[in-house]
Amino acid sequence: MVKINGESFDIAGKTLAEYLASTEYNPMRIAVERNGEIVPKAKYGETVLQEDDVIEVVNFVGGG
Amino acid sequence: MQKEDKLIIGGHEFNSRFILGSGKYSLKLIEAAVKDAGAEIITLAVRRANTKEQENILDYIPKNVTLLPNTSGARNAEEAVRIARLARELGCGDFVKVEIMRDSKYLLPDNYETIKATEILAKEGFVVMPYMYPDLNVARDLVNAGAATIMPLASPIGSNKGLATREFIQILVDEIDLPVIVDAGIGRPSQACEAMEMGAAAIMANTALATAGDLPLMAAAFRQAIEAGRKAYLSGLGRVLTRGASASDPLTGFLHD
Repeated sequence: MVKINGESFDIAGKTLAEYLASTEYNPMRIAVERNGEIVPKAKYGETVLQEDDVIEVVNFVGGG
Repeated sequence: MQKEDKLIIGGHEFNSRFILGSGKYSLKLIEAAVKDAGAEIITLAVRRANTKEQENILDYIPKNVTLLPNTSGARNAEEAVRIARLARELGCGDFVKVEIMRDSKYLLPDNYETIKATEILAKEGFVVMPYMYPDLNVARDLVNAGAATIMPLASPIGSNKGLATREFIQILVDEIDLPVIVDAGIGRPSQACEAMEMGAAAIMANTALATAGDLPLMAAAFRQAIEAGRKAYLSGLGRVLTRGASASDPLTGFLHD
């Protein structure tokens, strides 16, 4: 399983780009971290999700 | 009056000395802050993205406004650095407001962790604006760590209680060469004006506007208060007598002589 924003998904083997394309995230408005390391946008296509990966997908929200 | 009175942060020039915090945000707040208060800098937070929310705060913010991501949610320097890097990856520049809290009741900043995070982020090329409890020794450490400004709190976040830390902010203004931006707790235009008279470089507010009766009107009031305080500071305030009075009318030609 791959943990994304705290939820488990059975998507090991897919690339990050494939996963994101299957969601409604706006690719222009997110940043992705994999196991604590930022994944640059240019690397989404070559980043293959592994079993037990921890992924964070973040964006900007209102805040002071 | 000086002709060009710009606020300079990390080499970037701003005409406005009002910074909007966007925590309690609405389209109306952002419009009022930009149009009526003249804000050129708006803060943002970084959080987990939600696939169900299609609207994003960035859709509301005009392109010419500088975004100032904060590290809210960070409980230590390491978490703040992580959030700052993610914010930069989001592609909106190098500004970051370091905000580190261990205390969830009073939301007071952890000065020690803030110095550590500032040092790391400044070395990575960020324009670091640390939110801090007003302490001169900490402010000096932040200068040495590479901060671009310091952002001391006036009173607890969201309290609208005004300049509870007045004397200590004055010490920072007098002793620190970086812009001192008063952040948190400013609830009224008169408090913003007083901070500016004291020599603060700018004011940051959110709750004062977001909880006001008429948003655009309050935004305009803040703009005028900040401008008035700035002009008074640049002018130099009139002196205060320690005792007695000093007549401002002529002391001759009275009708009873």
